[in-house]
Amino acid sequence: MSPIAIFFFVAIVGLTLIITWWASKRTSSATDFYTAGGGLTGWQNGLAIAGDYLSAASFLGIAGAVALFGFDGFFFSIGYLVAYLVVLYIVAEPLRNLGKFTLADMITARFNNSKVRGTAALSTITIVLFYMIAQLVGAGALIQLLLGIDYWVAVLIVGVMMTTYVLFGGMTATSWVQIIKACLLMLGTVIISFLVLKEFGFSISTMFSEMTTATESGAAYLNPGLKYTNGLDTISMLIALVLGTAGLPHILMRFFTVKDAKTARSSVIWATWIVGIFYVLTIFLGFGAAAFVGKEDIIAANAAGNMAAPLLAEALGGDILFSFVCAVAFATILAVVAGLVLSGASALSHDIYGQIIKKGKITEKEQVFAARIGSITISIVSILLALGAQTLNVAFLVSLAFCIAGSANLPVIIYTIYWKRFNTAGAVTAMLTGLISALVLVAVSPNIWNPVEGKAIFVGEPLIMLTNPALISVPLGFLGGFIGTLLSKETDDAKYREVDVKANTGISVQDVSH
Amino acid sequence: MANNQASKSIVIDYDAIAKQESFKSLVKRKNAFLWSITVFFLAAYLLLPILTSYTTILHQKAFGEVTWVWIYAAGLFIMTWCLCHLYVAKANSFDKEAKAIIAEYENGGGRL
Repeated sequence: MSPIAIFFFVAIVGLTLIITWWASKRTSSATDFYTAGGGLTGWQNGLAIAGDYLSAASFLGIAGAVALFGFDGFFFSIGYLVAYLVVLYIVAEPLRNLGKFTLADMITARFNNSKVRGTAALSTITIVLFYMIAQLVGAGALIQLLLGIDYWVAVLIVGVMMTTYVLFGGMTATSWVQIIKACLLMLGTVIISFLVLKEFGFSISTMFSEMTTATESGAAYLNPGLKYTNGLDTISMLIALVLGTAGLPHILMRFFTVKDAKTARSSVIWATWIVGIFYVLTIFLGFGAAAFVGKEDIIAANAAGNMAAPLLAEALGGDILFSFVCAVAFATILAVVAGLVLSGASALSHDIYGQIIKKGKITEKEQVFAARIGSITISIVSILLALGAQTLNVAFLVSLAFCIAGSANLPVIIYTIYWKRFNTAGAVTAMLTGLISALVLVAVSPNIWNPVEGKAIFVGEPLIMLTNPALISVPLGFLGGFIGTLLSKETDDAKYREVDVKANTGISVQDVSH
Repeated sequence: MANNQASKSIVIDYDAIAKQESFKSLVKRKNAFLWSITVFFLAAYLLLPILTSYTTILHQKAFGEVTWVWIYAAGLFIMTWCLCHLYVAKANSFDKEAKAIIAEYENGGGRL
């Protein structure tokens, strides 16, 4: 590794540790730990959402997918961005007005039942673990590639760093790590995009016309169909992207770090602009990598295309830019996994331990202690799973996480806010139907089964041809909640009116948060 | 401040607010707005994979080598940013109404 690369890595590690030390002095209550005291401003939270959201899969994965598959790689960018409208229009404000730390808090604002809370915590922890294993395995492979160290050492480095941020600095440190990372990522992406545009004489149309001959796919590179040939599967994947985001626990949690719905709103605006600009730039990253690095070299470095952006940086900016981009990728991984640890810990410590086992009779000091124990537990479990999953192709775990989020969490969020007849039984069946159907459908999908040995985990014919089953499991989640509700006679109109008034006016937002 | 807010919330009569005509009207208009826009952007979004999977309309060139699928995608980006700002403008006006509703409730003797 070059001295420049070592400098960038040490600078990022050092800076984030200073922030953690600073944040640790401001983290004394459970509210500080889970939500940074609810005191982030709109732009801060917006940058933190972007930092939470733009994972290594976005930065490295999409750049690689566009480089290898042209327009088909760009589908992800479109899906992830439009998803913000679902978050903004349907979820963000009611969630901020009703909740405290977790998704379960919001649902139990209406149904005060430990079964509801337990099921919501179960779905949160499942999503967090799947998402986290995918991130850690990807991180391990990437750092192994960048620094030339062993996989298990790489996973341990990332694991120890993320645990340190969360354990000592809670949400304050995690948020600032995400903010810094978002800025670095944007800086790196803008620089590379500028260099790519310069190569094409600052002309978009020149870029497009040169791309028709730059790859072996010819003009087909600029049209869909290189990767996705099954229409239903493409549609299903796009449904998972657009609806899953609104149910991802670490994204939902970011709305509790602001003081009111107005700030929640402004943070989504910031996030939408930053994330949107980033995804536009993925075109330049992908096209640039295809034109100036070439498919062969991209695949030689990593079969999934994950090295496309760093290799492009090296081709256009030399060793300094390569080192910088690698360090940014490292910061990206750290910021995302720290956010995931925190959302997993909130479900484990706040929902399961604090509210279900201790029934809310827990002192402030015990809450913070439980939150730290929960963070360590989530960290250790995910590190162990990641160490065991090294040889597994884990890309499907991210789509599974999105699928569960869209099928188990989104229906219950929507019903809780908008459906008067909805009840406890409906809430539990909605979440369980979504969760179980997503798991079962993925278990019989081509991700797990393939007739050709080595292509998937098991050799055999998949029962369904959808790699992402959102097309089936999301409607099942909604249907499960509907049937579950009608099978139970329970109704509580007065409680619904209260939730309706709170969600629409924000009248009691003060007493749910501070 | 926090204690004051918490004790105040105990005496909020949610049923009284829910019964106010002004509240009912706000919720009705708000939900109509939110859901019609949501249906619109989800339809615009899902039309893309449907068109690209089952037709080749978007494979034709728009200008230079840029095909219509990129124009459609760019349209979805612009739509996202525009609807984002439309939401904020609308939500600010809904906020004002919500404040008026709370004021109406507090002045109307709805308090216990």
